[in-house]
Amino acid sequence: MSEYNGEIRKMMIILSKASIENVYAAFVLANGARMEGIEAEMFFTFFGLEAVHNKKLDHLHVATVGNPAMHMPTMLGGLPGMEAFATSMMKKEMEKLDMPEVREFLEILKASGVKLWACKLAMEMFHYEKDDMFPELDGVLTVGDFYKQASGIGTHMLFI
Amino acid sequence: MEKTIAQKTISVNEEGYLTNFKEWNKEIAEEIAKENNISLTPKHWQVIDYIQDEFKKESPLSIRKIGKSGVVDIKAFYELFPVGPLKTATKIAGVPKPASCI
Repeated sequence: MSEYNGEIRKMMIILSKASIENVYAAFVLANGARMEGIEAEMFFTFFGLEAVHNKKLDHLHVATVGNPAMHMPTMLGGLPGMEAFATSMMKKEMEKLDMPEVREFLEILKASGVKLWACKLAMEMFHYEKDDMFPELDGVLTVGDFYKQASGIGTHMLFI
Repeated sequence: MEKTIAQKTISVNEEGYLTNFKEWNKEIAEEIAKENNISLTPKHWQVIDYIQDEFKKESPLSIRKIGKSGVVDIKAFYELFPVGPLKTATKIAGVPKPASCI
């Protein structure tokens, strides 16, 4: 806690999941950092890539199975249409809070100066090309490149 | 607490936000802007006017809303007030810090 009194200068947020609650958590944290004058960069890996996949990012869902906070029996959560139902409920609530849709949120993050990176290994695993992704994606990085981006005093890293 | 700024004593909170909007004037705004390394241009003033109008309407502010204001887009807002734009702009405008997370 010596330099800058331990002040956070930069947030590196790694998103590895694409259920909408995780995506929003990551986006709110990145945007919130910028609003406080903190730099922010995001690294999308594994299923997190869906949040920046141009054809998929508008269709993300809430996880109704394996999510105890849904207070719904797992069997019920697995019924057809349940995810879509829970997702539309959640989207309605979020709209009331002035929360943008995923695409608009990505545009806000870019306009706010957040850097968006896709994980090279995960891109190869899913056979995605840069052209498949959100057009304003900053690039495709290896883990090593991402760590390099994180260099500097007061950087914190967060895995979601 | 009290603070003397632009030859006027005003009440502010511990973060430096005016607690009484009626005490605000343009000279105070210029001074607070200077403390934040900003020199106010006509574009800054347009944003400040918008923020004050919204405050008078008791309509909560967010980055998204600023982007949809028609006054400035989000990118330009960050260029005008580079460090924590909504926090800085509201402080200069003499209105409370927005409690929004988005």
